[in-house]
Amino acid sequence: MKADIILSGVGGQGIVSIAATIAQAALDNDLFIKQSEVHGMSQRGGAVYSHLRISDKPIASDLIPMGSADIIISVEPMESLRYLPWLKEEGWLVTNSIPFINIPDYPDLNLLHSEIEKFPNHILINADEIARQVKSPRSSNIVMLGAASPFLEISLENFEQAIKKIFGRKGERIVELNIQALHAGREFSLTHKEIK
Amino acid sequence: MEKLLLLGAEAIAQGAIDGGMSGVYAYPGTPSTEITEYVQNNKIAIERNIHRQWSANEKTAVEAALGMSYAGKRAMACMKHVGLNVAADPFINSAITGVNGGLVITVADDPSMHSSQNEQDSRFYGKFAMIPMLEPSNQQEAYDMAYESFEISEQFKVPVLIRITTRLSHSRSGITRKELKSENPLTYPEDPIQFVLLPSNARKRYKGLLGIQSAIEEAAEKSEYNKYIEGKDKSLGIIACGIAFNYLMENYPDNNCPHPILKIGQYPMPYSLLDKIVSECEKILVLEDGYPFVEEQIKGYFDKSGKITGRLSGAIPRDGELNPDVVGKALGKEIKQYFKVPEIIANRPPELCSGCAHRDIYNALNETMKEFGKQKVFSDIGCYTLGALPPWNAINSCVDMGASITMAKGAADAGVRPSVAVIGDSTFTHSGMTALLDCVYENTPVTIIIADNATTAMTGGQTSPATGRLEEICIGLGVKPEHVRVLTPLPKFHEEMVKVIREELLYEGVSVIIPRRECIQTATRSKKEQKVKTEEVAQ
Repeated sequence: MKADIILSGVGGQGIVSIAATIAQAALDNDLFIKQSEVHGMSQRGGAVYSHLRISDKPIASDLIPMGSADIIISVEPMESLRYLPWLKEEGWLVTNSIPFINIPDYPDLNLLHSEIEKFPNHILINADEIARQVKSPRSSNIVMLGAASPFLEISLENFEQAIKKIFGRKGERIVELNIQALHAGREFSLTHKEIK
Repeated sequence: MEKLLLLGAEAIAQGAIDGGMSGVYAYPGTPSTEITEYVQNNKIAIERNIHRQWSANEKTAVEAALGMSYAGKRAMACMKHVGLNVAADPFINSAITGVNGGLVITVADDPSMHSSQNEQDSRFYGKFAMIPMLEPSNQQEAYDMAYESFEISEQFKVPVLIRITTRLSHSRSGITRKELKSENPLTYPEDPIQFVLLPSNARKRYKGLLGIQSAIEEAAEKSEYNKYIEGKDKSLGIIACGIAFNYLMENYPDNNCPHPILKIGQYPMPYSLLDKIVSECEKILVLEDGYPFVEEQIKGYFDKSGKITGRLSGAIPRDGELNPDVVGKALGKEIKQYFKVPEIIANRPPELCSGCAHRDIYNALNETMKEFGKQKVFSDIGCYTLGALPPWNAINSCVDMGASITMAKGAADAGVRPSVAVIGDSTFTHSGMTALLDCVYENTPVTIIIADNATTAMTGGQTSPATGRLEEICIGLGVKPEHVRVLTPLPKFHEEMVKVIREELLYEGVSVIIPRRECIQTATRSKKEQKVKTEEVAQ
């Protein structure tokens, strides 16, 4: 088993929480992990990414080589496309459809969506809306994790356990809301994956 | 024992705690900050009451760590690469004084300048100080090296340098811990004048440092971190330092590299292992993150044969961090790329947060400076450096911690009027206070804006020793109280800010303006934490 994952978004959107949850789930499965993330200046509203690698064999590099990522998970549509050179030919592009606009020259959203829809293996999901539906508007990042979960060889139970560990400090209610967000995102991908 | 999932920086912290460290001393700086933060929140560190409060700057951090070592205990000082420039004086001299308790300096370099103004390579400092140096290739080695480093320091009676880079510092992996060691007892140095670097004693101590060089070289030769891995195809030999080893092995998935490899993790460079690989192989490729430290030394000045390749020869780009693809290319591997970035993708540089007080400060400053002309604002290292970018384009310099004030002084000396400095509260107490004293001493006409957000914001909101003390410090250093002006940077006070800034720009002397409002990030965070606490109490 081996999964090379690129997470992307804008500083402050919570990709570190997604990465930490997947990494925790993988660790509980006795898998090897390397997860590289961005700290410092870029966190202030800039483009941020994380390389997450999990495998049942030891992993050499902290960075994923170009053309070999199995999946890009993005909490922002434009950011999902920034790391395409890392995606392998049959890789999945799983992204939130809602833009985070903090630059004057943000591209036309319809053009962005059509670029994403060009990929045979894509999930374009309104994670913000789904997060609101499960009454956890701040959990759109965990909705994205849920949407990506069917493509990762980690069980739903493992993800739930990981959420309990990662968010436990914030109280039971936050844990429960995040688990609901995880399920909702997963449900979306499972139904939309079938259609294709 | 349960595996811990740790950043490279955190692995160093855990290794140091388990290795019997009694104190960590540091000033925050990306990519080194997480070492100290980990110690601050670690259960054992809290139980043992390991020293873990931030220092004013890297120089005070190394000096305090040296003091703890003097008292026989194990101490670590941590910093980013440019921080070692600040701490260079105590660092170099601590190699001459030697240590009592183990002393370890951990430096995180930032090749590719993700969050820095240069990509200097700290291994040159280790060589300069003539001390043993460790460079982990992965998180487990980071843990192990930190754990063992105090003993190496105590064995040779000199400080040890641990060098990591951004990528390792900010990448997580599973760590297996070792047994927790007890702390050293308080002891004084056997020789009461060991730490007295009067020339007569310094000459003796320096001879001592020169005298142990062959022993620390031998230790590197025998180190388990320096490994010669046999390979049949001797047309090429590969030297891989620190994290470069991982990028190399990524290109040979099943450990099937046909070439001999020398993995380097401990310095001084292991001469006989180097001699073996260089004499056995037809060509050498040196893989190292940062400067061509090893390549330059083994190539020497007169070798024009082209046998030694790396960053100097052009086999690897001269600047920027390594990655599996850069290394793969140097090995002649094909780089896969199936998709291009669509042309419509725009750049998204970092920016000041929405609601950040610096926005209001720059709005007011820019409006005032319209009357006084362009290119007269010197700034410094922190979030407010982002004022250099549009829409503000408000500042004209960012060089090193504290330089805004002293550069404004020099410019004022040259005739620039008004000459303005913009510096943060934490940067001011790091290295701005002596600069201010220079201005006061000569009553130089400068206007210093200390943007006080009550934290060290850029590195994630660490406490700032300036909090609650800025006016006292400035007045204590000799700024006239009527020219220390405190403002609240909010849009509704814009006109008042413009008025005050104008008044001080026109004053022919030292003035300090302190726009004060808490960092929006730390304010939001403490509000959230307060909410969680209240809910817990309610339950």
